[in-house]
Amino acid sequence: MKRRRLPTALLAVLALPAFAAQAYDYQLKPQAVADGVQVFVGKTENFSRENGGNIANTGFIIGRDGVIVIDTGPSKAYGEQQRTAIARLSKLPISQIYLTHAHPDHVLGSQAYAGVPIAALPGTTQGLTRDGDSLLSNLYRLVGDAMRDTELRLPTMEAKSGEVTVAGRRLRLIPGLGHTDADLMVFDETTKTLFTGDLVFFQRTLTTPNADIPRWLKTLDAIDAIDFKIMVPGHGPVLRDHAGIAQTRDYLQWLRDSLQGAARRGLDMPEVLQLTIPERFQRLAVLSTEYERSVSHLYPAYELETLPTVPKSRP
Amino acid sequence: MRSLRIAVFVLGQAGVVLAALALEPPSDPLKSPAWGTIYGRYFKDQKVVFDDRIKVIAPANAENPLDVPVQVSAEGLDGVEEIVVVADLNPIQKIISYEPLHASPDLAFRFKVEQSTPIRAAARTRDGVWHIGGVWLSAAGGGCTTPSYGSGDPVWQTRLNEVSGRLWPNAETKTQRLRLRLIHPMDTGLANGIPAFYIDRILLSDAKGEALARVHSYEPISENPVFSFDLKGSGPVRVTGGDIQGNKFSAEIKP
Repeated sequence: MKRRRLPTALLAVLALPAFAAQAYDYQLKPQAVADGVQVFVGKTENFSRENGGNIANTGFIIGRDGVIVIDTGPSKAYGEQQRTAIARLSKLPISQIYLTHAHPDHVLGSQAYAGVPIAALPGTTQGLTRDGDSLLSNLYRLVGDAMRDTELRLPTMEAKSGEVTVAGRRLRLIPGLGHTDADLMVFDETTKTLFTGDLVFFQRTLTTPNADIPRWLKTLDAIDAIDFKIMVPGHGPVLRDHAGIAQTRDYLQWLRDSLQGAARRGLDMPEVLQLTIPERFQRLAVLSTEYERSVSHLYPAYELETLPTVPKSRP
Repeated sequence: MRSLRIAVFVLGQAGVVLAALALEPPSDPLKSPAWGTIYGRYFKDQKVVFDDRIKVIAPANAENPLDVPVQVSAEGLDGVEEIVVVADLNPIQKIISYEPLHASPDLAFRFKVEQSTPIRAAARTRDGVWHIGGVWLSAAGGGCTTPSYGSGDPVWQTRLNEVSGRLWPNAETKTQRLRLRLIHPMDTGLANGIPAFYIDRILLSDAKGEALARVHSYEPISENPVFSFDLKGSGPVRVTGGDIQGNKFSAEIKP
């Protein structure tokens, strides 16, 4: 018995490095949503070790002489596997990357695209420059090994508002704001497909760490007026109508009214955490965790509006 | 001689056992690795019971480790003289002590958390017994060793100890909710090169000067702290207090 144990233990030790070298497998399968337009639909979950941080939608557009990638996912491994999946569908080179906004689930796979120009709004570049390190370390903590060797790659060029032809494909770049202070939308003129980034969430509760609700609501009105046929939201299934806009607006308005109302009634944050969320939002994924986060992000400002400064008197 | 020695030895052992019994902290329902330390530091040789009537409400996760909201309530308990709140695994464990002299035994505040930790509230009743309740908070941390925003921004100096607040009367419970916000960096002294600087006392009193409640606050309380208290009675409330460097404040919150 003793003799046999040793080789087994040795084998296990020898097997470790090989096992550890195995990258997390995202099993990325692109979903065709229009002619030459493909989407990797992320899970409507929170970051976890199990999902490797794959919670956001990314996509690509196959142009005449190149491929345009919209967002690169949460990690180096994701970016690499995204690139491999694209290569299976098109032999064309990757011409351009667009990053929609400065959140880690959308931008940390850019390492896989060395030499490819990365375009983003100036506010996105500023946000990533300012917060990149903490976003990265936070994702390492939440996602763990799937993040291995992931480093931040900053955008290399500015995405300018308006029409642009990339790889022979006519695109419209539409800047928005509200989810963060710089949210880029990419519109494919050929198929009328709109990549909204996180300005639209569908069937998954929206996130608010950098949100400005009034600005976000205004941007949603502007999105309503865009002549899209297909909408790729930042999170949740691809849409062919305005339901994602309506749902995002409904939740934002409720959040605003609910938090403002609670502040005016004199509630403290733990009491706000326990408020009942309307039935119509109960089917949204990760509702309770995102609501809890939103209270932390947004309530302090609403509560401050209800606490007037008192003139000092003599102690 | 030998039997005497044995007797002394046996007695000695019994003494050790008795002492051990007297000092033994009750088993911790939160299974905190630091409960023994917390017990020894704050509750040694005092009567301690874990009590479900002590409610601690906090989010499951600290989204902002610099500003974790907590509400503590000992509502089901009579004769609460003091409520102490500690975070077991913070570098500075004691967050706040509250004497609800003429107030409901509940309060809410926000604090800085360094890592995942139990948060406990201990309510001391008139008979000297500490009733303890608590929850685990999950946190990415860094809250206690991060410099305050105020320490990097001189604007606070012109607004130091500025008081904001409002009263919400509750006719049903004959109390009024006081929500209070103070401008203060509340530096812990744990961030490199920035000495401890925090508000350490707040007194709430009524128009006749009678004390309603007393707060002793410590380093972990959040920058520009916000508190909620439920005070008995009605009418204007005077807020007085100061920080550890002798700066004082005084303001009257009118209904």
